[in-house]
Amino acid sequence: MKQLRRTMLYVPGNNPGMIKDAGIYPADCIMFDLEDSVSLAEKDAARFLVREALDCLDYGGKEILVRVNALDSPLGMADLEAIVPTGKVVIRLPKTETPQDIKDCEREIARIEAACGLPAGSTRMMAAVESALGVLNAKEIATASGRLVGIAIGAEDYVTDLKTNRSPEGIELLFGRSMVLLAARAAGIDAIDTVYSDVNNEEGFRAEVTLIKQLGFDGKSIINPRQIRPVHEIYTPSVKEIEKSLAIMEAIEEAGRKGSGVISLNGKMIDKPIVMRAQRVLDLAAAVGVLRKGVDL
Amino acid sequence: MQIEKTAVAGTMESSDIMITLGPGAGDIAIDLNSTVEKQFGDEIRATITDTLRKLGVESAAVTAVDKGALDCAIRARVKTAVYRAANGEGVSV
Repeated sequence: MKQLRRTMLYVPGNNPGMIKDAGIYPADCIMFDLEDSVSLAEKDAARFLVREALDCLDYGGKEILVRVNALDSPLGMADLEAIVPTGKVVIRLPKTETPQDIKDCEREIARIEAACGLPAGSTRMMAAVESALGVLNAKEIATASGRLVGIAIGAEDYVTDLKTNRSPEGIELLFGRSMVLLAARAAGIDAIDTVYSDVNNEEGFRAEVTLIKQLGFDGKSIINPRQIRPVHEIYTPSVKEIEKSLAIMEAIEEAGRKGSGVISLNGKMIDKPIVMRAQRVLDLAAAVGVLRKGVDL
Repeated sequence: MQIEKTAVAGTMESSDIMITLGPGAGDIAIDLNSTVEKQFGDEIRATITDTLRKLGVESAAVTAVDKGALDCAIRARVKTAVYRAANGEGVSV
């Protein structure tokens, strides 16, 4: 079954309490952060702490990511040396601007894998674009490595680079989000949206999640466990959507049995894209546990 | 490894432990103040000692203020303190 990435919970890498508790929340993925949430003076401490936690704590099979520091500083290399040998995590590379950034990171990961006896190619990666250049290169970045499982947009740095700021409607992010989404789809990987910083504004958060789901994103980076439930609710197919999708799949099977070339349901033609969308709804419904394979509602 | 200067790692926040590491007098001496001293004091001391010995430290004075840290956090903070005392030399994860 496909890895769900509806919610990717940021956990500051130098906070033992949050690291200890991260697994008790129902986020699809946990992302330990060694980058912006850790002060320069504590980078070493966070690196040791996240490594020890990865070696010792059981996060119940959730996908674990570690956001390392950029590789243009010694910090990023030290992060890779500490984290890759665990063989357990997806490496999230921040501030990716060119496909070469991905290739450079991949080369170092491959070297570390070989040095510590991990299977070549076993460490997956995720790219985050956070600048105008990164967004413009999104397609080349998303297709730069077979290790990539997703590409994310980081809005705060991006809008600063655009010389604007974030509005409640997010119009300034529409182009960047669309570029990242198209790049992800062209590459066959997931698209992950940026964080929503105002934790107390659930109405604004829900509006943003509804927007990015409609755009086609697979999920969102989140900064507080309180944001998990709204995302999962919005990403869970409704009963109406599931019933419609089941009816479409039934019509397809019926047509197949009859040898019909043209398929219709309630007077509407059913073609391949409609079937694909229905299948996607049912796959998501099964993945989130609201529909069991082969069982009606 | 010889500890020749004092280094600190960790915080006083819940689930953390603050380790202050300095030159020792030939052995590992631990002054522990813990919220769970009665239940886990011996284990915390053993974890600190074991982590130091694995890093080749046989002589150190350690002050540990524990706020309920898990073993992995204790090990991480001890390693960070040694790493800092050694100016980043000789300690790997």
